[in-house]
Amino acid sequence: MLTGIYSFLGASWMLLLDAPDVAFTEAAVGAGISTVIMLATLSLTTREEKPRRFRLLPLLVVIATGGALVYGTLDMPHFGSPVAPAQLHVAPQYIADTVPKADGSSLAIGVDNIITSVLGSYRGYDTLGETTVIFTAGVAVMLLLRRRRKREAGS
Amino acid sequence: MRRQSILRVVSKLLLPYIFLFALYVQFHGDYGPGGGFQAGVIFAAGFILYALVFGLLRAQQAAPPEIMEKVAALGVLLYAGVGVVAMMKGGAFLEYGALEHDPVHGQHHGLLLIEAGVGITVAAVMISIFFAFADRRQPQ
Repeated sequence: MLTGIYSFLGASWMLLLDAPDVAFTEAAVGAGISTVIMLATLSLTTREEKPRRFRLLPLLVVIATGGALVYGTLDMPHFGSPVAPAQLHVAPQYIADTVPKADGSSLAIGVDNIITSVLGSYRGYDTLGETTVIFTAGVAVMLLLRRRRKREAGS
Repeated sequence: MRRQSILRVVSKLLLPYIFLFALYVQFHGDYGPGGGFQAGVIFAAGFILYALVFGLLRAQQAAPPEIMEKVAALGVLLYAGVGVVAMMKGGAFLEYGALEHDPVHGQHHGLLLIEAGVGITVAAVMISIFFAFADRRQPQ
């Protein structure tokens, strides 16, 4: 419930930041679908966690991985830095190609929504990969839950 | 929830507009905010509302899980297919400008098709995941 409320707040915040795309996603996925699936999970599992033996190795692996990731971010430019490569590398050209010129001509993509043109056209490979990731995640969930159900039905 | 008449009536009123809004977000994504992913999740959220209020059985009759799985693959296939068609027309993979004589038109149609692919996959995957979770609660 709290995560659902939080997602709705997040959606309103994104709308304030002029990112209605993200707000749509946050409201539909974060507040709607995730909450429903979370409730379904809660009703599937039991209330109490099984007491489990403390294990050292997984903790060490997690600490090492997290430390490596944090160390990797140290070299990155500061958040929101105007000289970051994200602001200077290809973004100005994308904006120049998408924003209509004063005479209304010579659009490279001809699509008014810059998000669509960047996601779909300039970054088409990435979006194809992203769609494949979603598909793979769905297949994984179906495989995990399906098999269990068949076994239960069979036994 | 079959006896909750207020819920039933309100969601019956709302559902067509949710689906219509999803389609608007899908096909108006070139000009307004939105796109395939947003449209897909809005559509799936509307469908999950239908399943919650009117029962899983009716929802699965409307969208059989076996077909949803195939539809999810179809979306990715449509996306990649656009890329392959662009290659066959002499461009690079996913170079929409090669789809038509006028590159701008090609970009338009390519984007429309790939966004449709994304939307189809996202909606089908979300509905399938919901079915996978909700199905397990039913006594076998």
